[in-house]
Amino acid sequence: MNSEKNKLKSAKVFIYASLIIVGLASLFPFYWMFVMATNPNNLINRNPPVMTPGTEMFSNFQKVLESIPFFQAMLNSLIVTTSITFGVLILCSLAGFAFAKLHFPGRTVLFVFILGTMMIPPQLGLIPTYFIITELGWLSDLRAVIVPGLMNAFGIFWMRQYISSSVPDELIEAARIDGCSNFRIYWNIIVPVILPAFATLGIIVFMAIWGDYLWPLVVLQDQSTHTIQVALRSLMDDRVRDYGMILSGTFWATVPLIVVFLLFNRLFIKSITDGAVKS
Amino acid sequence: MSNTLRKDMHTGTEKHSGESENNVKKPKKPKKRLFSQKQKDMASGYLFISPFYLLFAVFGVFPILFSFYLAFFRWDGLGEMEFVGLNNFNIIFNDPLFWKSLYNTIIIGLMGTAPQLIVALLLAFALNSVLIKYKSVFRLAVFLPYVTSIVAVAIIFSVIFSNQESGLVNSFLGLFGIDPITWTRSEWGAKVAISAMIFWRWVGYNTIIYLAGMQAIPNDLYEAAKIDGATLRQQIWHITIPMLKPFIIFTVFTATIGALQIFAEPHIFQGRGGRPEGISIVLYLYRDAFGSNFFGTASATAIVLFFIIIIFSAANLLLVNRIGRSGKVGEK
Repeated sequence: MNSEKNKLKSAKVFIYASLIIVGLASLFPFYWMFVMATNPNNLINRNPPVMTPGTEMFSNFQKVLESIPFFQAMLNSLIVTTSITFGVLILCSLAGFAFAKLHFPGRTVLFVFILGTMMIPPQLGLIPTYFIITELGWLSDLRAVIVPGLMNAFGIFWMRQYISSSVPDELIEAARIDGCSNFRIYWNIIVPVILPAFATLGIIVFMAIWGDYLWPLVVLQDQSTHTIQVALRSLMDDRVRDYGMILSGTFWATVPLIVVFLLFNRLFIKSITDGAVKS
Repeated sequence: MSNTLRKDMHTGTEKHSGESENNVKKPKKPKKRLFSQKQKDMASGYLFISPFYLLFAVFGVFPILFSFYLAFFRWDGLGEMEFVGLNNFNIIFNDPLFWKSLYNTIIIGLMGTAPQLIVALLLAFALNSVLIKYKSVFRLAVFLPYVTSIVAVAIIFSVIFSNQESGLVNSFLGLFGIDPITWTRSEWGAKVAISAMIFWRWVGYNTIIYLAGMQAIPNDLYEAAKIDGATLRQQIWHITIPMLKPFIIFTVFTATIGALQIFAEPHIFQGRGGRPEGISIVLYLYRDAFGSNFFGTASATAIVLFFIIIIFSAANLLLVNRIGRSGKVGEK
């Protein structure tokens, strides 16, 4: 009995120890980023490197502002991300409603087709899409990222599943007898019911678009239209790298997202797992 | 019967909104409808799904078909297109850098994802253990890297793995008397650094998914096994792992496809042009197209990448099927 207890205790210690080590390893790069962002270069290049926060927080960020249009880039990212997120929520819930509740010829085939498009790697059409954007005159224009971003097959799939399982047919029948049009049914009945699905899909889309890199890099060539990801990369361009400045930019670009995450972390984690598990 | 039902519904909605009152009072006798419900459903159904199809026609179908077309032409993006048959494929297949990029992608993919999934599984076990408190704190800590954008991760790790003697990893290795490594320019150094970025950002994401899977396993299964005298290891092998199978399949799939599309990490770590030690297929494609304006060969690369992804997905499926079957045989 006693040895059983000891065994349990040592298992507990072992699990705690490994979790703490992993947790620290997970958090350390954040801490270290802050340390670099607040230290002058002569301390950063010292060996062994500094391990405690310094006093250069503002002067390092000042250098970031001289190097890239930081706030413009953050604003661009915000514009792109919010327009795509709201657009995707509306378009996908409308399409999801149609696939879940409206009967029309070819419904299954059209839905399976959308599922099929999810298998196509985005790089396959990268080059021609670039020329389409050029033809449209959208190079270095946020529309180049926003408009293609509105196409979201996963969102349609997700909304269809949610609507067919959470909105009873009787509710729709009843609304029809009252003479509601399909759009009114969508607006007054479907939308209030699927608000949780909006939150989940919204977070998934927001995260994906905020971090998107390859496509904005290709089409947003003018510095004033850079999203924050593209702008951050250009901090790495100098031949002699100023690590304090580089990590200061990265730090301030990351902080807002982390704050939002910490405020809504349960919803965040639930959204990400739901999005993964249900597909 | 159906009449009373109708009435109930009407009064129900009457309370709800004033607008529907008009609708209720007017059509005592069914009003003549211009279109049947079926026709209306058809119209709005097609209308509601049309945005996707319109966007897909312009930014999906056309680019894909054009990629297949462009792969057979030489084109610098401005001048005349010149038909060259299979020559573009010949060019890339004879380019050692193409093979290097394919090799790098696979090696980095394996190093970045295989240990990551195993560690994630172990972490999920630990976080699911009844012995542990403060689970939500640990969960938060391991998930935080996922909130950081790939570009930010690549920049942070580029500085951690800097070539200088004072770089974090180099000065750490220095404690053990190991000479500083030029991470961006060494064959394995670059791969280790890039894999570390992938590992750090995704391990928490996969942990959370496995954890969700473990929490969905009904407790009575374990209870029953305990009564039958199953050890902890037996419980893990015969209950947890089989029940987690769909989650494991999902993570292996997404990790494989994600690994084949690596771009930001080498692009940021080794500079815009990339270097042979870390160049990935997508970076090879990007460089060919937007660095050298060889849009024909770059399209050929895109098509090869497409087939590589298909092959890997099929291999995954095959593996999954085989494991599934042998698992069943083992049970009996």
